[in-house]
Amino acid sequence: MIGIEHYVVVSSILFVLGVLGIFLNRKNVIVILMAIELILLAVNINLVAFSSFLGDLTGQIFAMFVLTVAAGEAAVGLAILVVYYRGRGSIAVDDINRMKG
Amino acid sequence: MIHVFAFYLFAVLTVGSGAITILSRNPVHSVLWLILAFFNAAGLMVLVGAEFIAMLLVIVYVGAVAVLFLFVVMMLNIDFAELRAGFIKNFPLGVLVAVVLLAEMVLGIGAYRAGAMELGTPDGIGATPAGMTNIEAIGALLYGRYLFLFEAAGIILLIAMIGAIVLTLRQRSDVRGQNIGKQISRRPQDATRNVNPEVGKGVTL
Repeated sequence: MIGIEHYVVVSSILFVLGVLGIFLNRKNVIVILMAIELILLAVNINLVAFSSFLGDLTGQIFAMFVLTVAAGEAAVGLAILVVYYRGRGSIAVDDINRMKG
Repeated sequence: MIHVFAFYLFAVLTVGSGAITILSRNPVHSVLWLILAFFNAAGLMVLVGAEFIAMLLVIVYVGAVAVLFLFVVMMLNIDFAELRAGFIKNFPLGVLVAVVLLAEMVLGIGAYRAGAMELGTPDGIGATPAGMTNIEAIGALLYGRYLFLFEAAGIILLIAMIGAIVLTLRQRSDVRGQNIGKQISRRPQDATRNVNPEVGKGVTL
């Protein structure tokens, strides 16, 4: 029988994969953005699973808002990436040190 | 029985394609595996009866976000082999962080199985009314109780759209385009001058 634990396990594995992806592809901004999308997907799976488990639709509404923010973040992030590439001709994360942060 | 089979199919495919997304050498392949991951996650959501969010995931992610990624990956001319140089170097640290995170989550789930904490029960406002489909119930909740949040989400999307356009719009100064506003606002009295020269003095050469 499939319970809430199964969903939590899947979403935690997906979340950890996303974090691992950020660490493994430290130089490639595009893959880092994709890893962030994976993390948000894990959060969404969790929200939907608990929404179904508790019989409360609020979790699904919240998942929709997470989806909204994820879409906006991807659009703005990729736009920044395109602008950066136009100026520097590279998207290596190590070279992004203009602000000496 | 079919539930168990479908869950394990979707779960294994989601996790597997997520893993290939972050390990793939070619970012184009990464995007395609990401699409597969999202698709199977939508399947997982359909299994628990959240078909609206599942369809939203397919439409928004597979239809918009993933294609956006694909466009950007294909438009930028990047030497991806060079970007991958630190992969082996970063591997131990990444795996360490991942193992620590996973251990924490396993601990959390173990503690839950040992007896869950009582955080209260749902107040019933968000419960699906009997005889209503998932989409109807979500619509009633979204356009009723959460209307202002819904509009705020719309404003966020609008701002994101404006931001992306403002960032990527390029004003080219090397081409002479037609400036319609300037053309229309031109008046005869500003542009022409009436002179009445004496005979023989009108033209200076």
